[in-house]
Amino acid sequence: MASRRGNAKTGEQSDKYSVLLPTYNERENLPLIVWLLVKYFGESGYNYEIIVIDDGSPDGTLQIAEQLQKIYGADKILLRPRAKKLGLGTAYIHGIKHASGNFVIIMDADLSHHPKFIAQFIEKQKEGGYDLVSGTRYRGDGGVYGWDLRRKLISRGANFVTQVLLRPGASDLTGSFRLYKKEVLEKLVEQCVSKGYVFQMEMIVRARQLGYTVGEVPISFVDRVYGESKLGGNEIVSFLKGLLTLFATT
Amino acid sequence: MMLLGISRHQSGFFNYNFALHLCTVFSTMTKLLEWLLGASLIGMAWGLVTFDLLDLQLPPQYRELVWPMPVYLLVVFGCYSLATVGYRVATFNDCEDAAKELQAQIKEAKEDLKKKGLKM
Repeated sequence: MASRRGNAKTGEQSDKYSVLLPTYNERENLPLIVWLLVKYFGESGYNYEIIVIDDGSPDGTLQIAEQLQKIYGADKILLRPRAKKLGLGTAYIHGIKHASGNFVIIMDADLSHHPKFIAQFIEKQKEGGYDLVSGTRYRGDGGVYGWDLRRKLISRGANFVTQVLLRPGASDLTGSFRLYKKEVLEKLVEQCVSKGYVFQMEMIVRARQLGYTVGEVPISFVDRVYGESKLGGNEIVSFLKGLLTLFATT
Repeated sequence: MMLLGISRHQSGFFNYNFALHLCTVFSTMTKLLEWLLGASLIGMAWGLVTFDLLDLQLPPQYRELVWPMPVYLLVVFGCYSLATVGYRVATFNDCEDAAKELQAQIKEAKEDLKKKGLKM
């Protein structure tokens, strides 16, 4: 651990990693995810900042974020809130504008993505010079906690259909735990028009189209939300519509 | 070529241009077009053999082999899909340890943040 820290500090001092955290009603989870990010980035020695993009959460997420800023410093925790819920794509655009890093990490703020994998993303990126590194739940020792058989079936089934139709060269397309070079993320968000799950899929498909290289790191996804919001028929239909649109347009 | 009133030199240039355009079309085709193209080619080949469209007089074994192929291939693909998805669901990793670790870290984080002055 000590030698790795030494390498991170002396070797690549110019690399800085901006973590984008779009939040909506994450008053409970935000302090925890920030604590984990600070812990693991501290241990790894990489230079980082956390950008919290709150979309006017009514539960006081922004106030908690302000407290965190006082605790950890305004150079490490940046607050860039917006007035109302405006969607993920625009949140990324907004976040990138204020990011001082040359790499951007996107992840969920609800603790389903664990910051301990970020060091692996960074190492993978350096290893292959990848334009983007995607966390995958479907390969290696990647996996999920908290899903029943039905959810797993839908997930694998949807992924299979996607692989057959789009042949994307990445095993997990709907995942949203990724590391991008900043200019690559900027370019891709500009081009993508879909919403929700399909937005994340479109990012990877367009990345491949534009000739960007994609690396993968197995991650564990701990779903504590699934019980409250089951994957219903509506979401499946809109996923299929989005998939067919990508099939016909890319 | 002579009917079009162009010299042999110019027709060579057109061939090169045509080939270049073809390559560009193939490399920027959407997945839908790729599938349609593939399906048309396979469909034509199948139709050619099954209905003897070019009067090739192929031996009957060829026709007997080829004509049920589309259904055959669909069935094979269907079985492959079921087997693959079934296998992947069965071997989908359950991250028990990750969940436990997260629970423990949540406790640790809450205590540490309280110490640092966070009011939750």
